[in-house]
Amino acid sequence: MLKIDNLHVKLEEEDKQILKGLSLEIPAGQVHAIMGPNGSGKSTLSYVLSGRDGYEVTEGSATLDGESLLDMEPEERASAGLFLAFQYPVEIPGVGNMTFLRTAVNAQRKARGEAELSSGDFLKLVRAKAAELQISPEMLKRPVNVGFSGGEKKRNEILQMAMLEPRMCIMDETDSGLDVDAMRLVSDGVNALRSPDRSFLVITHYQRLLNHIQPDVVHIMANGRIVKSGGPELALQVEQEGYGDLLAEVG
Amino acid sequence: MTATTDLDVREGVDRETVEAVQSIGSYKYGWDTEIEMDYAPKGVNEDIVRLISEKNNEPEWMTEWRLEAYRRWVTMTEPKWAMLNYPEIDYQDQYYYARPKSMAVKPKSLDEVDPKLLATYEKLGIPLKEQLILAGVEGAEAAPADGRRVAVDAVFDSVSVGTTFKDELAKAGVIFCSISEAIREHPDLVKKYLGSVVPQSDNYFATLNSAVFSDGSFVYVPKGVKCPMELSTYFRINAENTGQFERTLIIADKGSYVSYLEGCTAPKRDTNQLHAAVVEIVVLEDAEVKYSTVQNWFPGDEEGKGGIYNFVTKRADCREARAKVMWTQVETGSAITWKYPSCILRGDESQGEFYSIAIANNMQQADTGTKMIHLGRNTRSRIVSKGISAGRAQNTYRGLVTMHPRATNSRNYTQCDSLLIGDQCGAHTVPYIEVKNTSSRVEHEATTSKVDDDQLFYCRQRGMDEEEAVALVVNGFCREVLQALPMEFAMEAQSLVAISLEGSVG
Repeated sequence: MLKIDNLHVKLEEEDKQILKGLSLEIPAGQVHAIMGPNGSGKSTLSYVLSGRDGYEVTEGSATLDGESLLDMEPEERASAGLFLAFQYPVEIPGVGNMTFLRTAVNAQRKARGEAELSSGDFLKLVRAKAAELQISPEMLKRPVNVGFSGGEKKRNEILQMAMLEPRMCIMDETDSGLDVDAMRLVSDGVNALRSPDRSFLVITHYQRLLNHIQPDVVHIMANGRIVKSGGPELALQVEQEGYGDLLAEVG
Repeated sequence: MTATTDLDVREGVDRETVEAVQSIGSYKYGWDTEIEMDYAPKGVNEDIVRLISEKNNEPEWMTEWRLEAYRRWVTMTEPKWAMLNYPEIDYQDQYYYARPKSMAVKPKSLDEVDPKLLATYEKLGIPLKEQLILAGVEGAEAAPADGRRVAVDAVFDSVSVGTTFKDELAKAGVIFCSISEAIREHPDLVKKYLGSVVPQSDNYFATLNSAVFSDGSFVYVPKGVKCPMELSTYFRINAENTGQFERTLIIADKGSYVSYLEGCTAPKRDTNQLHAAVVEIVVLEDAEVKYSTVQNWFPGDEEGKGGIYNFVTKRADCREARAKVMWTQVETGSAITWKYPSCILRGDESQGEFYSIAIANNMQQADTGTKMIHLGRNTRSRIVSKGISAGRAQNTYRGLVTMHPRATNSRNYTQCDSLLIGDQCGAHTVPYIEVKNTSSRVEHEATTSKVDDDQLFYCRQRGMDEEEAVALVVNGFCREVLQALPMEFAMEAQSLVAISLEGSVG
């Protein structure tokens, strides 16, 4: 599904290399986790894949189902099935959450040549999915992320994910700022979306989230590259020993 | 209706915005109507003033009133204090009167109106047949089950083409007709109130209007009457090199209520056209008037060629206690906008509100705002202004809040937000505040921001293209004002916001 090969990325505005030959392949239906110390380039990876301005790819490739992501506009990547759950979801004052969701859903349907959802169907769908994430109807009417608590923002991201039904979901530190209950809600939401033709890339600092969302593969990222990959036990090792020994081991 | 359908409606509205962005390339009202016209000779002088008066079959007193205004006008000079740059206007190179030939004999009813004129309004989406405006997209709460009706007075160049629902309004005692008809049929009301809010010599453009206004709308709502439907005037400038000078007079007698809508469009032409209107509103004890405008005159092309010069004087006088007026405007068109809808809060406890969205794109220039003149005790005013600049446009908010010595315990709240798109446009805020007593309170809040890249990226990551994303963010920025508009207008305005910003990104 997602294939990243020897990706080199620098900041556009300064001469600073962030990703230095990152390679990663996530087959359909799998959940991969990326862990790594601060500044290792985890968030950059999520932004480059989703097409945010400010980064320059100097070498390498990234494809989704064989199509080059790097040549597409951000909205084309979205319609192709790539979704990023933001670490810091953005507030849009004055725009109702529901309006935002519906505009997004229909924009993607239109881009894929599908019929737009009728308002009735949309409402039914959004209400059902919101209820699963314990998102109140009142929260659906509020402006996008404005005045939401940290937990509400993250649940809202998962609601968007559930509505847009992407094939490749990237979650950028979705666990940051969540209490135990919110973490369970978010994880349940994600687990409900797991399917043989949907993949996840979960970026996190802590093993804790991976107790709830069981990964197939765990990667350790440092200095702009994947330095070690393994099973879920790798995350436990990091949790117990920290990154120090691990990084020393791989040099 | 249930909450479910209510929500449906809101969603539908937004979808329309998005569709509008995608489907419409540019100014969509830019076509013209081929129709034979009668023109007065070019230029303005006393003979032209007399001619206009004569064409309207006006009584002698009206002719004299116009001439008096004209004689003052020639002694005045055009104001230059606004932040507007435009070439000298040659006032003698304009037609001051243009009338479709078929309107030489005033039709008695809409059935007799030239089909070409009716077709023009139909194409603009203005129903001149007395039909129901369908309720399909209607706000749930306010609408009766059978839909909401709006009475329309349609003004084409210099003349009123027709007014709908007159009979039904008459049953409620409401007078809604063209001003030329009012001058003939209701001279007492016109004599008493015309020029009582905007005096003949108020300013250069208002004085010119007083001399040469050709038509416009007249409304009188009698004591205690809640006007049974919304009233609207639709202005269309069609003829080339023709100025439009309409005059609107609205009188809300004690305890009455009326909501009034005004819409305007003009064909695409590469010469500038002059529009200098005057709107006067008299609000008596306990009465309330809502006046909403969606101004969409042709803004000129991307290089600033053509477009309407819009110099408008609008003022409401809350003449007696507890009178209330609310101005809502969405200004997206015109090459030049010079407009300050104002409230004179004379009656004790009277209230004035001003909600404004002004969008300037490409080479447009807007200098707009309001004046809140607090004269009575315990008066209240509220100003919410949202200015959006894109392209190389300049957008100025200019406002005056005055608390006179007698206006004790009065309050004003002003919120003035500017949004910039791109790095070649400008936003300016010029608030004037005068407080002459110690018990009143004036608050002014102002912000300037740019459309945030993070917001746009967030929207695009969810699948919207850049223009959709901008339209969504800008509509959010304007929400407070859009909500103040009647439902039909709110939808039109939302689409307009999107269309006006076409090509402002990327």
